[in-house]
Amino acid sequence: MSIDNAPRLDGAGDLYPGPDETPAVAAPVGETVPAPKPSRSKAPLWRLLLRDRMATVAAAILVFVFLVAVFGPWLVGDAATDQNLDQSNLAPFHVANGWMNILGTDPLGRSMLARLIVACRTTLLVALPAVALSCIIGSLVGMWAGYHRGWRETTAMRVADVIMSFPSLLMAVVVLYVFSPSAANIVLVLAITRIPIYLRTARAESAELQSRLFVDAARTFGARSGAVIRRHVFPILLPTLLTVATLDFCYVMLAESSLSFLGIGIQPPDISWGLMVSQGRTYLQTAWWLSFFPGLAIVITTVSATVLAAWARIATDPAQRWRLTVPRSRRSRLFPTRKVVS
Amino acid sequence: MFAFLRRRVYTSLVPLLVVLFGVFLLARLTGDPTNLYLPVSATPDQRAEFAAENGLDKPVLSQMVDYLSGVAHLDFGESLRTGESAATMALRAFPATLQLAFFTMLLAIIGAIVIGCWAAYRPNSLADRISSLLSMTAASIPDFWFAITGVWIFAVVLGVLPTSGTGSALSWILPIATLLIRPLGVLTQVVRGAMVSALSAPYVRLARSKGAGDLRVVTHHALRNAAAPALTVAGDLTVGLVNGAVVVEAIFGWPGIGKLMIDAILQRDFAVLQAAVLLTAVSIFVLNILIDAGYALLDARVREKSKV
Amino acid sequence: MSAPAPAVESPDVADTDRVALEVADLTVDLRTPSGTVRAVDHVSFTARRGETLALLGESGCGKSMTAQALVGLLEPIADITDGSVRLGDVDLVTAKARTRRTLAATELAIVFQDALTALNPVYTVGKQLAEPFRIHRGLSSKEARREAVSLMERVGIPEPESRVDSYPHQFSGGMRQRLLIAMAVALSPTVLLADEPTTALDVTVQAQIMSLLRDLRTEHDMAVILITHDLALVAEEADRVAIMYAGNVVETGPVAEVFSSPQHPYTKGLLDSVPVHAVRGEDLKSIGGTPPDLHSIPSGCVYQARCPLARDLCRTTRPPLADVATPGRRSACHFPEEISHV
Repeated sequence: MSIDNAPRLDGAGDLYPGPDETPAVAAPVGETVPAPKPSRSKAPLWRLLLRDRMATVAAAILVFVFLVAVFGPWLVGDAATDQNLDQSNLAPFHVANGWMNILGTDPLGRSMLARLIVACRTTLLVALPAVALSCIIGSLVGMWAGYHRGWRETTAMRVADVIMSFPSLLMAVVVLYVFSPSAANIVLVLAITRIPIYLRTARAESAELQSRLFVDAARTFGARSGAVIRRHVFPILLPTLLTVATLDFCYVMLAESSLSFLGIGIQPPDISWGLMVSQGRTYLQTAWWLSFFPGLAIVITTVSATVLAAWARIATDPAQRWRLTVPRSRRSRLFPTRKVVS
Repeated sequence: MFAFLRRRVYTSLVPLLVVLFGVFLLARLTGDPTNLYLPVSATPDQRAEFAAENGLDKPVLSQMVDYLSGVAHLDFGESLRTGESAATMALRAFPATLQLAFFTMLLAIIGAIVIGCWAAYRPNSLADRISSLLSMTAASIPDFWFAITGVWIFAVVLGVLPTSGTGSALSWILPIATLLIRPLGVLTQVVRGAMVSALSAPYVRLARSKGAGDLRVVTHHALRNAAAPALTVAGDLTVGLVNGAVVVEAIFGWPGIGKLMIDAILQRDFAVLQAAVLLTAVSIFVLNILIDAGYALLDARVREKSKV
Repeated sequence: MSAPAPAVESPDVADTDRVALEVADLTVDLRTPSGTVRAVDHVSFTARRGETLALLGESGCGKSMTAQALVGLLEPIADITDGSVRLGDVDLVTAKARTRRTLAATELAIVFQDALTALNPVYTVGKQLAEPFRIHRGLSSKEARREAVSLMERVGIPEPESRVDSYPHQFSGGMRQRLLIAMAVALSPTVLLADEPTTALDVTVQAQIMSLLRDLRTEHDMAVILITHDLALVAEEADRVAIMYAGNVVETGPVAEVFSSPQHPYTKGLLDSVPVHAVRGEDLKSIGGTPPDLHSIPSGCVYQARCPLARDLCRTTRPPLADVATPGRRSACHFPEEISHV
């Protein structure tokens, strides 16, 4: 969603000087209306995405991972749990063992590919709800706090500071020690530790916007604060939130993997990629693929999310979007002569 | 400057106090605390004895007083496993982690500055895009996987590095490399971004119009301005290093506070866990103060603001 | 507008040794997402020592970009594609970066418009003032500091000894502008560019700043190029003027003569729009139409769409900046003699 598509209501939107419109300069004597600007490149977001090859690849990978999580387990059926000791610890890339075992098998003869797919679902089932939960709670509280300022803001920020000042993994470790690990507990703990990120972002944006003219204008129309937040603050905040959420998704995925690796995350017989890495650790010399592939899956997913988030940060900021649309200089790409400092 | 620091100490004290009380609450108000301290196999008699010994049958308020006075005297109880004072164990393990963290952050900062400045100098060049991709990958790699793969390649297959322990100088390489990856990746991106902003700022043009050369512009003018956001992130990363240390120490058997915590968890040794957690909280508290002091040193405007 | 400044004796071939900067056919192209735009189109003018040349034009006419091109501080998307800028023996367009750097501040200096962002916020004013001395004269920090203090005194900053260690944000707007001027004249350059030096200041401070610039010009025998959109300022302060429109210079000449008898329809239109000449009860005059979209500049004269004298020749052939009947004056119009009939 881009700011171009954000709903504009009540004419209050027209009062908001978008970042790429120059403020009206007092026209010097003799001048009439300033020249009509050349039409801004209204490239829709997805087209902008296609121009950046790396970001497109990243987005494609993420969509693929999501589809695997949704449809994969249904497709592989029982292959993830069927034990077959005859086929224990088969090496990968030997087609003779059948396509299901193309990535090898584990000590119990279960197909690595199938287990990876099922683990994908578990991993996403923890990461996505955690991100969604922390995003919703954090941004709601943040918008509210930033809009009203005063004690609401201070309290919210102090709470956020407290949560942030402690390493999240540590907090999760201690809490899971006391409450014993389960998927729901993990989701809750991870969500709570990430709330401050969204809270701070939402608060900062909301506080900055509430002092702007168009909010005052809306207030004079008698709009209630809830409505103002919903109609004016939220649409502007949304792109930033989505970017932060994408990056946060990486972090939560890695956190869950670390917890599972340490033995206090997802518990067997459930599997997640982190847990698979841990289970493969003892077989490092004999069956390297047991740890390698799940780790690779994590890396690919998180790198894609990071790349996409970096692209989104530029694309959703109207003031920076030009960087993606400027044609490259005709000179050599390997050693461009134009330095920033020149 | 000192007034500023004093203010910061007061505001940073709050999280520390919250952790203090949080640990207490977690331990006592979530069911029978003896379950936390004693192994699962303990008999009811053992539990009763333990409770009486440690005042766990007293009302909560007096328990809190006991707890706080214990903390003030650095008495967190004894380890279930060794019977040693939990505080002693924690303090003994701490320096190992500190050394690891210090060298890691030092290398990360130096690396990030060098690579970040170089990439920002020629933005969108092939070199910049490669370093961006590398740093983004580095920021996303799960540390435990990197460690395991590292161990497999260098210790098992190639046999050039030890798999664990603190024996030789070589045994530092893999742990630090593992711990270093993520902070280096994140910090490089931040430095690069901040430098690109700084280099396109008006004061850089002014410096150029005075005849300043590239080196002076980058190191003298731009870097000082880019340092502030980089410092903030560096601070957050150092806090996150504690996370990384837990994993790294578990894998490499590094005798630091992270390993102590994991062992305490696996052996249900709550006293030691408590001591380790609190020690970590205090060090983070001190670290945040130092970072804010650095922030103030860099930028005069920060010193003058009353609300930080 | 007050009475025009005393007419400067029309410069003749005789004082070519007073020529400090000679710009010929300077052209700047911008690479935009929707194609290449010519922001500065074969612009030519001359600046002489002891004289103030004004580049006058409305917002977007290319005057600021011309200034940036002169000092070599163009944005990465802008390229100089034609022309020459001769400063002494050196052509700045083709000169190496090292040569340009030695000339910066020693021969050519610029005063920026916004003093707050132009000054580095993390260093004291003294350090920044001392910088030209340390770079070009190799002075020690103590010696350079002494120079900085005397500079501050020269531009009228009270208590320089104590304020030399203050930070930019601790000064008022007018003081900051004086600091910028001080930095620019530190090494007694031959040419000083002032890009809208007073636009952001109050009227009273404006007068002080301009008076300071005048004194410094005499003291250092500099050529001052004043970039502005303010007709009144030009009338008060400048000796010669080059009027710019849509990236072209349309008229040059001594200020008094140009303002009393313009030789280009645009200049005439500008002057007629000044309210001072208006009669109560009559509509205020303005120039009909708007400046052209730089993406689609018509062939022929760039002013044709709004010119009352426009005819076929104007639409096909671009009028060169040519000498007119009166010596020392040039106009880019096919029919300058008809201006008085407009």
